[in-house]
Amino acid sequence: MPFIPHTEEDIAEMLASIGADSIEALFDEIPADLKGGTLKEVPPGLSEMEITRLMMERASQDGFYQNYIGAGAYEHHIPAAVWQITTRGEFYSSYTPYQAEASQGTLQLLYEYQTMMASLTGMDVSNASMYDGATALAEAALMAVRSHKSSRRILIPETVHPVYRKVARAIVSNQKIEIVEVPFDQTSGQIRLESLDAFATDDIAALVIPQPNFFGVLEQVDALTDWAHSKNALAIGVVNPVALALLKPPGEWGETGADIAVGEGQPLGIPLSSGGPYFGFMACKNSLIRQIPGRIIGRTNDLNGKPGFVLTLQAREQHIRRSKATSNICTNQGLMVTAATIYMSLLGPDGLRRVAAQSHANTSSLIKKLTAIPGVEQVFGSPFFHEAAIGLPSSAANVLAKLKQNGILGGFDLQTHYPGLENTLLVCATETKTEADIENYVSQFRQALG
Amino acid sequence: MLIFEHARPGRRNYSQAPKTSASVDDIPDHLLRKKQPLLPEVSEMDTVRHYTRLSQKNFSIDTEFYPLGSCTMKYNPRACNALAMLPQYLSRHPLAPEDTGQGFLACMYELQEILKDVTGMAGITLAPMAGAQGELAGVMMIRAYHEAHGDFERTEIIVPDAAHGTNPATAVMCGFKVVEIPTDKEGNVDLSALKAAVGPKTAGLMLTNPSTLGVFEENIAEMSRVVHEAGGLLYYDGANLNAVLGKVKPGDMGFDVIHINLHKTFSTPHGGGGPGSAPIGVAKRLLPFMPVPFVTLENGKYRWVTEQERPQSIGHLSAHMGNAGVLLRAYIYVRLLGREGMNRIAEFATLNANYLMAELRKIGFEIAYPTRRASHEFIVTMKDIKDKTGVTAMNLAKRLLDKGYHAPTTYFPILVPECLLIEPAETESKQTLDAFVTAMKEILDEIEQQPDMVKSAPHNMPLRKLDDVKAARELDLCWKPST
Repeated sequence: MPFIPHTEEDIAEMLASIGADSIEALFDEIPADLKGGTLKEVPPGLSEMEITRLMMERASQDGFYQNYIGAGAYEHHIPAAVWQITTRGEFYSSYTPYQAEASQGTLQLLYEYQTMMASLTGMDVSNASMYDGATALAEAALMAVRSHKSSRRILIPETVHPVYRKVARAIVSNQKIEIVEVPFDQTSGQIRLESLDAFATDDIAALVIPQPNFFGVLEQVDALTDWAHSKNALAIGVVNPVALALLKPPGEWGETGADIAVGEGQPLGIPLSSGGPYFGFMACKNSLIRQIPGRIIGRTNDLNGKPGFVLTLQAREQHIRRSKATSNICTNQGLMVTAATIYMSLLGPDGLRRVAAQSHANTSSLIKKLTAIPGVEQVFGSPFFHEAAIGLPSSAANVLAKLKQNGILGGFDLQTHYPGLENTLLVCATETKTEADIENYVSQFRQALG
Repeated sequence: MLIFEHARPGRRNYSQAPKTSASVDDIPDHLLRKKQPLLPEVSEMDTVRHYTRLSQKNFSIDTEFYPLGSCTMKYNPRACNALAMLPQYLSRHPLAPEDTGQGFLACMYELQEILKDVTGMAGITLAPMAGAQGELAGVMMIRAYHEAHGDFERTEIIVPDAAHGTNPATAVMCGFKVVEIPTDKEGNVDLSALKAAVGPKTAGLMLTNPSTLGVFEENIAEMSRVVHEAGGLLYYDGANLNAVLGKVKPGDMGFDVIHINLHKTFSTPHGGGGPGSAPIGVAKRLLPFMPVPFVTLENGKYRWVTEQERPQSIGHLSAHMGNAGVLLRAYIYVRLLGREGMNRIAEFATLNANYLMAELRKIGFEIAYPTRRASHEFIVTMKDIKDKTGVTAMNLAKRLLDKGYHAPTTYFPILVPECLLIEPAETESKQTLDAFVTAMKEILDEIEQQPDMVKSAPHNMPLRKLDDVKAARELDLCWKPST
C-alpha cells in the first residue's frame, strides 16, 4: 500500500502483541450500524509516474501568460535559493516549535523574521505571521477593539482592498463590531480628511489606512494617522511590504506613527499560486504587545546561559487560554515565512529597494505609453506606487479578452468591485517585465482597442 | 549567530535584484522612506549556508520519528511537493480568468468530490486556510442557519472538556457562550451532562471523534439525537479523521458540518507551523451558507461560485480562494493513494497505535484509558511516576529528544494529569516503533537509577533546557544592532 511499510510478518506480530485477531477487530468500538461507508468517488490509485503525467498535462493545459494583474497579489522574481532551502525536509516536514530544544532552526528563523518585519514596518514588534493579508486586517480590527475601552466601530475606507473589507466584516461581525466604510474621493482616488469628520460623531476604535491603496494610489498617511489619533482611535496601516523598501513605514506616519501595521506578505518571495498559501504580517507598538494574536518568538537562555529561542507570551493563545484567548488562531504560515525570510536576506535593503523602484518605474513607463493613446487616461491624479487605474474609451472586459488571446493578462477590471468605475483597468508591471514586454503590451493594447 | 551578525555594510547580491536602481522622482519626498530597513547585507552563500545550518537544528518527519499526538505527523510524499510546484501552477495569478486555469480547477473540483465521498457530506468548500479557520467557518454557518430560521435565542455552543483549545476560542469569536461538559471515566463525553446542558439556547455541539483522548465516542448516535432534538447542530472537528477514514463517515454519524485538516489526514506539510488548509463539509441544510468561493462544473467548464449566487453565504474567509498550493498537494496525495489506499490509512494508523500502546504497557507505562481500544493515538499518564520520583511528563519528553525522538504531545488533553498523547501515524514501520519502545524502556530505567539526570534533560541537544520564564519576563522579540 502507498506509504505504508508493513509486511505480512509485521502485521501478524503486531496483532499478536495486541491480542487481536485482525485489524478489523481494532474497530470493534465503532457501532456496527455506523460502519461501512464505502468510497465511491475516489478513483483507484495512480503510480508516481502516472500522477506526474496527469499533473503535467493539466499544467500544460493552463500554460503561461504575461501577467499585468496585481490587485493584491504581485509577480516578483523569486531567487532560486528561496524555495530550494525552504523545501528542505527539516523546514518542510517539521511542526510548530513546541519542543524548543528540537526546533531552534524554525525558532531562530522566526525571530529573524520578526526583526526584519518590525524594521520594515517601522514598528516595535512583529508576530510570527497570520494566514493572509485579509485575515491580518480582521485580526487587527479585533485587536483595536480589545485595546479601546469604549468603542466597537472601525472605519475602513473604500480604498482598502474590497475583499479585505468583506473578510474583515465576515470575521468580526459576530462580535458586535461595526465596520463603517468611508467613501473615497473620485478625483484623487484617496481618502479625504474632510469626509472622515462626518464619521466622527461617535467614538471610533480605529481607522484603517492603506498605503498604497487598492488603486495603487498613495494616501496622505501623515494627516490620516494624526486624524485618527486626534479622535482617540488607533491607526491601522495596511501596507505592501515591497513598497516599504521605498515608502515611509507606518511606524513613522504622522506625529507618533501608526499603532498596528498589517499586510499581505506574498510579494516577499511567495509564488502567486492561484491565491495561496500566502502569509499575513502583523506588527505593532510595544504598548499593544499583549493584544497581538498568533505566535511570538522570544530570545532567552538555556541552563548554561547559551542564547536560544522559544515560543513566548503563550498565555494569550487558545491552547492555554481556550475561550479567553486573543484569537482562535493556532498555526501561522511557518513555511511561507521561511521563504520570505530567506527572500529578504537574499535581497537585502538595497536589493528590495531595487525591486520596488524597478516595479514602480516599469508601471510608470507603461502608464505613460498607454495614456498617450487617444481616449486612454489615468483615472486618479495622485502619486501612485507600481500600480495604477486607467480609463478606456470602451469596455475593459473586451480589451482584456483580446489581450488574453495574445497571451497577456492585461489587468484587473475595476468594475468587478466598484460599479461606478466603468471601463477602468487596474494595471501593474513589476520588475519582471522588460522594455520589450511593455512595448508589446502597448501595441497589443492599441489593437485591442481597435 | 544571527543572519544580521553575518552582515557587512555595502555587501549585496548582484544577480537576484534588478541590475539598475531606478529613479522614483514622481513620488513626493514626504512619502518616502529615509532610513534603510534592518535587512541583512549578506552574500547569497551567507544566506544559503546560514539557513541550511538553521534547518539542521530542527527535528522533522524527514529526519526523526515524530509521535506528536493530535498532529498526525505522517510522511509527506515528495511527489506531492514536486508536482504542486510545477511552474504553471506557481505562476497562475489568483485573479486570472477561469478559462486560463481549467487544469488547476479540475484538480480542485475533483478534490471537492473526493472529500464529499470520504466525509459523507452534501457539499464541500476548500476556502478555509487552517483548522481553526475551518472551525470558525463552521460555527459561523451554525449561527447563520439559526438566524435564517428566525431563531436568535441560541446563544450557546457546547464543548467537551477534552476539546482542542481552538473549539472554545472559535465559539467565542463567533459571539457564542461556551458551555463545557465533562468526560466520564471511560473517556466518553458524559451523556447525562450533555442531556442536562442542551435546551432552547443550544446552537450546537463541537465534537472531535475519535476524541482527543484517543477513543471513539461510543454513544455518538445518542449524542447526535440529543443535540438535534434540542434544535442544535453538530460540528465535527476533523482533527482525528485519520483514525476512521474509510471506516465510518462523519455524515453517517449525524454531523451537520465538519472541517478536515489536510495537513494531518491528507499529508500536506506542517511546514514548521503552517500553512494549513481545512476544507469544510456540510449537510444539505447548510449548503446555502457555505463560504465562497468553491468550484462548480457546468457544460464541461469549471468555474468559481460567487456570493452573488449564494446570498446566504457567510462570505469570504481570505483575499482569494484559500491555500491553493496546499490543496494541490492533498489532491496529488489522494490520487496516489486511491480508494484502496484511503481505506488502509485508518487501519494502519490504528494498528500502529494499538501496538505501541500494548508494548509500552508491557514495559511498565500506565495507559490512561486501559480498557479502551486506541484510535490512532493514546494517552500515557506519568502521574504515578511523578508522585514517586518527581520526574514529570515534560522531563521524559526532553529526555526523548536526547535519544533522537521528537516528544509526544505533553499536557494535552489537560484533564489527564502528566499526560503524553502519542500518535505514531500509519507511515511508520514496526521496526521504528520497536526502537522507540526500547528508548522509552531506557528512560524508565534511568528514572529509577538517576532521576536527576532525567529531570535536567536534554543533555545531548545543541542547547540545554531553555528558560521560558525569562523569555516572557524580559521580552526580546527583535534583534537590535549594538550601537
